[in-house]
Amino acid sequence: MRIGAFFTTAGAAVALGAACCAASLAHAQDRAPAVEAAIKGSWTRTTPEWRERLVQDETQKLCTLYRNAPPGDVANAIRAREKGTIQYPSDGQLMGDWKRGEKLAQSGYGWRFTDYPPRQDNGGNCYACHQLDKKELSFGTLGPSLLQYGKARNHAKDEVKAVYDRIYNPHAALPCANMPRFGASRFLSLEQIKDLVAYVMSPDSPVNK
Amino acid sequence: MPRGLWIAALAVALVSAGGLHTRAQDDTEREVERYRQMLKEDPWSNPGLLEADRGEALWKEKRGPKDASLEACDLGNGPGKVEGAFAQLPRFFADADKVMDLESRLVWCMEKLQGFEHAQIVKRPYSKANQAGSELEALATYVANKSNGRRFAPQLGHPKEREALAIGEALFFRRQGPMDFACATCHGDSGKRIRLQGLPYLSKPEEAREAVGQWPAYRVSQGTVMTMQHRITDCFWQMRLPLIDYGSDVAVALTMYLVNQAKGGEIGAPQIKR
Repeated sequence: MRIGAFFTTAGAAVALGAACCAASLAHAQDRAPAVEAAIKGSWTRTTPEWRERLVQDETQKLCTLYRNAPPGDVANAIRAREKGTIQYPSDGQLMGDWKRGEKLAQSGYGWRFTDYPPRQDNGGNCYACHQLDKKELSFGTLGPSLLQYGKARNHAKDEVKAVYDRIYNPHAALPCANMPRFGASRFLSLEQIKDLVAYVMSPDSPVNK
Repeated sequence: MPRGLWIAALAVALVSAGGLHTRAQDDTEREVERYRQMLKEDPWSNPGLLEADRGEALWKEKRGPKDASLEACDLGNGPGKVEGAFAQLPRFFADADKVMDLESRLVWCMEKLQGFEHAQIVKRPYSKANQAGSELEALATYVANKSNGRRFAPQLGHPKEREALAIGEALFFRRQGPMDFACATCHGDSGKRIRLQGLPYLSKPEEAREAVGQWPAYRVSQGTVMTMQHRITDCFWQMRLPLIDYGSDVAVALTMYLVNQAKGGEIGAPQIKR
């Protein structure tokens, strides 16, 4: 069923006129059953619940197929679908506590197979990929530097919402973004996302000092 | 300084570095690099060679229900031919009718020649910090070390070898799991890092040659050797994927992709890693 769905999606994408590499897309589709078979045979000692993590959703399939460079119509479809997943707090308040956000930005805990039963809250692990507070020198470079991100945008309300959306589901703005969908996957709670938004956007946060 | 003391001093330096400050991290990297230079001048002081020696003894010892050694194990160039075998792995093995990497081939030989139970062999394939290496780690280090100085010469003559490469490439770019990560998310560009840990761009031959040629590696911070299967397992752990079977087709296919990217790269196993 899953493989069938993959073909339908991929076939539709090709039919819609992906400008580049129709041949390599066809190759990728030929290869798909062999890839799925290899995966099926390589995680035999784990539970069905864990194996679910290896099953791709629609967006993962498309981003894989196009190697994160989807053609315009595919990108639009991804953007629309992922935008629809974003939920907001009922009171409309998108900024939480930057101090709690700072702790979350430092922590990479959660959902690895050694993290069960959970011993602490999941962390956003922002520093794995981003520079934020200039005093924290141990930062990764897979994502852009967010040094003074809020200050550079005058802490504007629409920019606050953009950051909230970006953490909740980055594909809504940037289809096939590398960043995880922290809200859509339920990895982080709305409260945690608000705390991270505050850490990035608040005038009091060390990120903007 | 005597070798033991030197390793102890380096271990202290690593622990005190703690990974929190660039300068400490740079110091650690510098110390590891100095260590690598010393090993070039005196290769016999490489602590990973203790595992290679242990692996050689295990290879030659009659063990298991069949009371046999591994000396008749065919690693691709004929029974008992260890020299240079690692440089041509993974490859297709007609007796097993599949493509195998070094580690899955070792498991196969332990099963077929020595009569060990598969489940028993793969129960604890990876040692924990500051423990002696597992039997598989010791054996893998021994065999890989016997290709030291040779260059990766990936085998693609058999259709199943070409299929493994194609599957490996597809897997490298496949996004999955709750974090949407692919191998390429972290290893798809030059000069990137997680925190302060540098990440090799594994689809770029120059970087793949350097990175892939180092495994199995002796981890100074762990005091033990780590194999390519272990390295891949740890990546999947970080990607929030389940624990992968030891010697699985996925790990073999990924290794096939990596070795093909690293084609022509010099093998320097066991290399010293942080």
